[in-house]
Amino acid sequence: MASGGAGIEVEGLVREFKKGPRAVDGISLRVEPGEIYGFLGPNGAGKSTTVLMLTTLLPPTSGTARVAGFDVAREGSKVRASIGAALQEAALDPFLTGREHLKLQAALHGLGRKERKKRGDELLERVGLVEAADRRVRGYSGGMKRRLDLALALVHRPEILFLDEPTTGLDPQSRSALWTEVSRLTRDEGVTVFLTTQYLEEADVLADRVGIIDSGRIVAEGTPEELKAEIGRPSVEATPIKVSDRDAVARVLSSFGQEIAAQPGAVSVRLDHGAGDLADVVRALDAGSLRVANLRLEEPSLDDVFLEKTGRSLEGSGDKEDNDNVEPGAKPGGDRESSRKKGARA
Amino acid sequence: MSAIGNLASGSTRGSFGGLFSVAGAVAWRQVYKFFTNPAFLAPALFPIFFFIAFAGGLSSVEQVPGFDFTGGYVAFQFVWSLLQAVALGGAFTGFSIAGDFESGFARRLMLAASNRRGILLGYVLASIVRTAVTGGLVTVVALIGGMRPAGGVDLFGLVGLALLVNVAATLFGAGVAMLLRTGEAGPLIRTPIFLILFIAPVFVPQNLLVGWISVASSLNPMTFILEAGRGFLSGDPTGGAFAFGVAVAAVLLLIPWALFGLRGAERAG
Amino acid sequence: MSSTLLTQVSHLGRRSVVRTLRQPGVMVSAILFPLMFFAITASGLDAATNLPGFPTASYLDFAFAFPLVQASLFGAITAGVDLARDIEGGFFDRLSLTPMRPVALLGGMLAGVMALGLIQGVIFLSIGLAVGVNIQSGFAGMLLLVALTILTALGFGGLGAILALRTGSGEAVESSFPLFFVAIFLSSINLPRDLIESDWFRLIATLNPVSYLVEGIRSLVITGWDPQALILGFGCAFGLIALSLAGAAASLRTRMAT
Repeated sequence: MASGGAGIEVEGLVREFKKGPRAVDGISLRVEPGEIYGFLGPNGAGKSTTVLMLTTLLPPTSGTARVAGFDVAREGSKVRASIGAALQEAALDPFLTGREHLKLQAALHGLGRKERKKRGDELLERVGLVEAADRRVRGYSGGMKRRLDLALALVHRPEILFLDEPTTGLDPQSRSALWTEVSRLTRDEGVTVFLTTQYLEEADVLADRVGIIDSGRIVAEGTPEELKAEIGRPSVEATPIKVSDRDAVARVLSSFGQEIAAQPGAVSVRLDHGAGDLADVVRALDAGSLRVANLRLEEPSLDDVFLEKTGRSLEGSGDKEDNDNVEPGAKPGGDRESSRKKGARA
Repeated sequence: MSAIGNLASGSTRGSFGGLFSVAGAVAWRQVYKFFTNPAFLAPALFPIFFFIAFAGGLSSVEQVPGFDFTGGYVAFQFVWSLLQAVALGGAFTGFSIAGDFESGFARRLMLAASNRRGILLGYVLASIVRTAVTGGLVTVVALIGGMRPAGGVDLFGLVGLALLVNVAATLFGAGVAMLLRTGEAGPLIRTPIFLILFIAPVFVPQNLLVGWISVASSLNPMTFILEAGRGFLSGDPTGGAFAFGVAVAAVLLLIPWALFGLRGAERAG
Repeated sequence: MSSTLLTQVSHLGRRSVVRTLRQPGVMVSAILFPLMFFAITASGLDAATNLPGFPTASYLDFAFAFPLVQASLFGAITAGVDLARDIEGGFFDRLSLTPMRPVALLGGMLAGVMALGLIQGVIFLSIGLAVGVNIQSGFAGMLLLVALTILTALGFGGLGAILALRTGSGEAVESSFPLFFVAIFLSSINLPRDLIESDWFRLIATLNPVSYLVEGIRSLVITGWDPQALILGFGCAFGLIALSLAGAAASLRTRMAT
């Protein structure tokens, strides 16, 4: 199924909850077929609410969204037939085995008996769960659960895959394995991937294009390179050998640009005239007899983009939104993004 | 002064001063917790429900030939419901101790207490306070339901037995909770207490029981306490001294059990 | 029912049974607790058979309806809690993303409840016969007795589904357990209605549909074939099923549309 297709088109999508602010506040975006779209933002920014609307699990308050060419509000069943989704970490039955999960999912998707087994075996192999296939999910590690989650989302060969924070809480090895599989799906099978994440690195490494969401609005969109190029200027970070020289180093560097956050003991400035200033920085430090243990030129990161667009750093910016954008009673008891994502950060 | 402040200000480990200071602080904290949360009345709900179901639905049972209790079926059922309320009061204290271990609060108590036996005593004292309220509630419901106690001064006998049952149940619950230190202690505390309550002459006097329950209940200490309690209520006390002996023996036997649990918790750190 | 729907219901039903059978604690509660209460009341209230007008000389026979009805209640609570946990944990959303028809989810859960009702019914019947319960209506009556147990489980199961779908909280469903328990005890479970002395209790028992479910099952044990008791018993079971399933379907629609 996963070839070509219509991707995702969103226009003015809004979701309001009765006793809260707009969790999603008029977002518009387009995801091209075969593309990996990274939806980046802090906790409670509206990422998961957007995914719930795009996967037909939550009706939008206003706006339109077409997924795989079908309207999410009017053609829900067609949308669901075209998509796969790995939504929440614990969305598995602890008392069933991995193989039983795949069998159940395949049956619900209407696959025939033989096809169910074949597809199940194939996916277990692909996500590296062959040995654990007949063990109950209760004993799986977080990484194994995520891999099974991905396999379940792929049972019916969807055209579009939604991954809602697929690597939150995973160790670096499991995270890297999941990234490899997602890249392979796009490259080899042409699957379109809509991926939400709060990890800058994940968006940077994996996504063809990134949308940055904050307080329910998209504040920046483009390829990671385009976004970083918007910031344009690299920064330089100097670590003096003597801690007592730190202030003197800061005075020297301040003539090359505005000081920004740096590692402890170091001084960092965004260079007013780009990388060309580096030689002058070295000369100025030398002229002041200031010796440095380390001098680094750093390209802008997505965090710099986030900082530029929102005035805050993405790291540690989620707490306020957690309180502001909780989704009161989206479905009673069915907590969405507020409670389960207060865990690890990159 | 806060509970922890009281704990820390206790005298040296093992002294009697420390014991009572710690007990007072733990009991204060527990009682404060009870009265700021209506859920503390939970141990009264099941007894009240069973009282309504049995006293209301089975009252004709007193017409069975040989049913020799003179206080009426409402009073007959009340004593069982009261003992259930006080026993469950002990069980719920056990749940609360297990919850304190799960949340880590109990570890703080263990670190701060100058005499850790005081922790146990504090929980027991708090349980008595709680049970006075829940037992009182059951009594009020029974009085509204038409119970007319005929015992006079003998009623203190019933109150004394209820108190001892509560202390015994609390010591049992505390021992289990401190040994397991998780919510899994719940069923292990509740099930034996329910069993001992039900394998007793619940619906009819002991002399009318037949079959296995007649044998089992004759070996159940709760039977003696229940029958004596019914005697105190109806002003016809029989077997009161023996019942008190049984209840005191239960408390004395369960003190080492609770201390064993406390030592288990100490060893676990 | 279309074959696709049937496949979906059977898979979800199988899952419901498998996960319950894999939780020994749940199974022990579902079997042991009703048996324990049965054993206690059957012996403890045996003297009640001496009351003038008591319909049988054996309280064991009289009380046999108790474990069957209580088991149905356990099944309903278990299934309700399972469904609520599916909602809490996101499994419900996962299933909602498949082409599965929403009614299949409900059907699967209720098929599981009925299957467990059957297992419990057969176990209790075997134990009952082993300890000397005398089923006056014979083998055909036993089949009907199990059938009425399954229907009762289905009716209670519908109520469990409503609670689960409305609250989406396993804890909330579990905490409703005493309510079901009250419904059982405020019925003619322990004495025939005409021997209940308190007017208010007799009135509640008469208005309580559980009384008729109990009396339907009990009539097969102590009377034989009592058309009136059976009509009332099956009528109440079907009424409860119709109401609770309609409520569950409406709750499902509300949840899917949120």
